[in-house]
Amino acid sequence: MALTIPAIRRQFPLLAREDLTYLDTAATAQKPQAVLDAMREFYERSYANPHRGMHILAEEATVAFEDARKSVQRFLNAEHLEEIVFTKNCTEAINLVARSWGSQLKKKDAIAVSLLEHHSNIVPWFQCREQTGAQVAWIEIDDEGHILLDSLDRLLAKGDVKLVAITALSNVLGVRPPLEEIICRAHAAGALVLLDAAQAAGHGPIDVQKLDCDFLAFSGHKIYGPTGIGVLYAKREILEAMPPFLGGGKMIREVREDGFSPADIPLRFEAGTQPVAEAIGLRAAIEWGEQFTWKDRIAHERELLKRATSVLSGIDGVSLLGPRSVDERSSCISFTVEGIHPHDLTDILGRKGICMRAGHHCTQPLHRRLGIIASTRLSVGIYNTLEEIDRVGPAITDARARFA
Amino acid sequence: MDLYAENILDHYRNPRGKGALQQPTVAHEEVNVACGDALTVELKLEKNQVADLAWTGTGCAISQAGMSILNEELRGKSSDEIEALKREDIIVLLGVPISPRRLKCAMLCLHTVKNALRKARGEEPQSWLMTVGLEATD
Repeated sequence: MALTIPAIRRQFPLLAREDLTYLDTAATAQKPQAVLDAMREFYERSYANPHRGMHILAEEATVAFEDARKSVQRFLNAEHLEEIVFTKNCTEAINLVARSWGSQLKKKDAIAVSLLEHHSNIVPWFQCREQTGAQVAWIEIDDEGHILLDSLDRLLAKGDVKLVAITALSNVLGVRPPLEEIICRAHAAGALVLLDAAQAAGHGPIDVQKLDCDFLAFSGHKIYGPTGIGVLYAKREILEAMPPFLGGGKMIREVREDGFSPADIPLRFEAGTQPVAEAIGLRAAIEWGEQFTWKDRIAHERELLKRATSVLSGIDGVSLLGPRSVDERSSCISFTVEGIHPHDLTDILGRKGICMRAGHHCTQPLHRRLGIIASTRLSVGIYNTLEEIDRVGPAITDARARFA
Repeated sequence: MDLYAENILDHYRNPRGKGALQQPTVAHEEVNVACGDALTVELKLEKNQVADLAWTGTGCAISQAGMSILNEELRGKSSDEIEALKREDIIVLLGVPISPRRLKCAMLCLHTVKNALRKARGEEPQSWLMTVGLEATD
């Protein structure tokens, strides 16, 4: 059954603002009422600090927090509950891996990252390089953003790659790297694989067991949940061997005058009071999403992107970035407009209520590879309509006319 | 008043003072990393005054028009006079409303010129925070 978009839109309070056309879901998704209600209800009825205290409220909060972990386990199809670690966001999840797992790397080791990566899957590895001396190597892409598997093979053949850190869906080009192929090749060469699923998690199913990835990170706010909550998935045996990340309360088993011993996973990586209401909001977002099938959601977003492709390619001076085939795109489409800087374009569109992102989208190496400084991005979510996409065309044509 | 007033678009299309000097006293580049706007200013300083200047750059209409407009104000000004310029002065020069989201675009010219002068004095560049305040930094 196809999605009923007007009914879906009514579930998002912010979308009641008729002055807005929100096409920036890749930056962050709007929130359905169910998420807002779940967080509010938790604060109003069950709020306490989980994993602390014997009183009834602490128990309710603990159960709610751990139920949220279970919903994430189901969302990712993780084998074990303790493979789910809560973090602040996707960026912190990747940093956790870089600081903890990465601290054991040696000078001769290498981390392979692709040119598609968001800065949050680049900078932590540069920081890891500074601390351990390990190398950072680049997996190349073609002009449309396809991963060059030959380039990956060349890096893996050296035998020193310990981790391949790669996006599951580009936040600029909307391309999906061939993950199963990459993971298979990396494992054959003795390397682990980390997937940055910040974009992917909101646009298609994830099955970490089927993928056989070793780490996967995503943020709550990009899948219609709240900000301030993210997730690191890691295989149990890998997580068990990792040293703690941040130190403090809850992550310890015992603290003595001469030192400490860390807690078991996953609490070992959850120092201090956690974003409990946000975890509950994330659970609500996951459950809210489960009322729809991925098949319907993907079909809807594909229609939107098809229309966006046809609208944009019909405008003089517009150059689309990324794959030529619409079927290879998910979630977003980025482009440049001759004669107008993306900031000017999105400022002018913004006055018509059209919200789109301009800049390098935290992917400077990718933009350099494409030979541009900045681009404009149109991104879609479950609530967007074809009519919204159609508003973009005349608005860009008007902007061009003003700058001509 | 529209941000993209005719004066702004005119300076963007036909930038004034764009080019290079034969023997600048100092040359300095600043970029707005968020969007890639870039300006390089060359100053010829004589007796602590701007005898001549030239600039090059790429970026949005506001950053480029801003430099073009500021360029017309700087000749003959002393370092102290330029140092005293504030963001409000640039907004007056531009003559259009500048929202917080475009403040860095508008102030890139002032930031570049001030840091060129600091460089000429052998000082460290000042931060964006010093030039524009916290609401426009990212």
